[in-house]
Amino acid sequence: MTEEIIIAGFGGQGVLSMGKILAYSGIMQDQEVSWMPSYGPEMRGGTANVTVIISDERISSPILSTFDTAIILNQQSMDKFEDAVKPGGVLIYDPNGITRHPEREDIEVYQIAAAEEASNMGMNKVFNMVVLGGYLKVKPLVKMDNVIKGLKKSLPERYHHLLPVNEKAIKRGLEIVQEYKKN
Amino acid sequence: MEKELRLMKGNEAIAEAAIRAGVDAYYGYPITPQSEVMEYLTEQKPEDRSGMIVLQAESEVASINMIYGAAGAGKRAMTSSSSPGISLMQEGLSYIAGAELPCVLLNVVRGGPGLGTIQPSQADYFQSTKGGGHGDYHLITLAPSSVQEMYDFLKISFELAEKYRNPAMILSDGAIGQMMEKVELDDPVSRRTEEEIINDFPWASTGKKNRERNIITSLELDPAKQEQINLNIQKKYREIEEKEVRFEKVQCDDADYLLVAYGTSARLCQETVKLARDKGIKLGLLRPITLYPFPSKEIATMVNDRVKGVVAVEMSSGQMIEDVKLAVNGKVPAEHYGRFGGMIPSPEKILEFLENQIMGG
Repeated sequence: MTEEIIIAGFGGQGVLSMGKILAYSGIMQDQEVSWMPSYGPEMRGGTANVTVIISDERISSPILSTFDTAIILNQQSMDKFEDAVKPGGVLIYDPNGITRHPEREDIEVYQIAAAEEASNMGMNKVFNMVVLGGYLKVKPLVKMDNVIKGLKKSLPERYHHLLPVNEKAIKRGLEIVQEYKKN
Repeated sequence: MEKELRLMKGNEAIAEAAIRAGVDAYYGYPITPQSEVMEYLTEQKPEDRSGMIVLQAESEVASINMIYGAAGAGKRAMTSSSSPGISLMQEGLSYIAGAELPCVLLNVVRGGPGLGTIQPSQADYFQSTKGGGHGDYHLITLAPSSVQEMYDFLKISFELAEKYRNPAMILSDGAIGQMMEKVELDDPVSRRTEEEIINDFPWASTGKKNRERNIITSLELDPAKQEQINLNIQKKYREIEEKEVRFEKVQCDDADYLLVAYGTSARLCQETVKLARDKGIKLGLLRPITLYPFPSKEIATMVNDRVKGVVAVEMSSGQMIEDVKLAVNGKVPAEHYGRFGGMIPSPEKILEFLENQIMGG
């Protein structure tokens, strides 16, 4: 099994840390992982993305141009990465701020209202964990207990009191993700 | 006991390796894409963990000369920078090579020339393997292609540098520095004690007690003596070329065609090998781990045996290809394929190049 994922959105949305938690979860279940961020002017200008690969085999190239799954969190990223999803692949996006919804018909598309949900929870910062939950529902490749272990590993100890609220956010994500059908 | 596993950036892995390998001092100056090395070191408080000194120098020129001083005293000293910063260090490096001192440098290469771009590149191959500064010298150059190797090569580089009393360069790039992968960490070793330094490095300036004084210098005005110094250094390089070549072969046993690539390019080429094999093309990859000494003999043996064509894949306009061509020595076609200035070649395009320029040509 090899899963190649791009997570893309604004800097500050927790794109990179979501990727890190996912990668750590892979390590927790003895898989090979890589995490390749965009760095530099791109990030400084506002958009951030990270490529995460989880595989049973040694990972060849950590740099990819097509993906099994794209998790898209702003319009710029939609414009850039919708076409990069492999045919038959998965696109998950938060409709918040999206002006042009995905148009491809050869991929599975899911919506997750994570920004809204995080706001309802009173914790905007767990936005990325709601998204992660949605991904885990659509692609249950890493087990939930490994995700929790991964979360624990990637959060500095001084934030460990926030583990329960992050876990709750992931579980909300599992519940609210839904398939998007074009009208 | 099971080894500790961590998800780390290449830049963080090498910093952690430095603390665990008993490095005495890191003198650095920030530059993207390697600033995490000093950031991580500072955050880790190595002065508490191992007694290691981490100092932000006033410039790259200062940091390399701080290394010159520390290495002269038999200390394990290192720095890291990215391309323009490494250029600033060349004078100091030449002096260190001339004075025959061990030290380790990390270059997390970005696209050039000039200030260039902060994206990954491999355009500093010539600078690293052919000397870089003035005078007849080489840096022992290792090229990691994973975060684990960023970690492992720090220790190996110090061991080689100390064995041959010559600076070693870890030639990485922005991708390997910035990406995270799984790293297996080993147990820390202590820094050398003063007694161990005196014992291991009788040449070091450790304070003249009951011996002749040691002089650390790269200056010798008598040409006859200077020639002798050069002969000694060259003898050392012949030994390094004989004994220290390292490489990895991927699917080379039955290969009709060969890719030669290091670092990030080698990772891309692994994918190209898969794509080629799916199409029934018997393609292999030779990944030089040491760029100096270069695995010339291995390449020569392979083209004499069965390989019918070679492509050197680099994120440069063609530097390592010169060493590949010397090794191939005209026996079979050998061409360069590359992207540069921060662009990254795609595995598909590499295969296309092989099919059009080597197999079809």
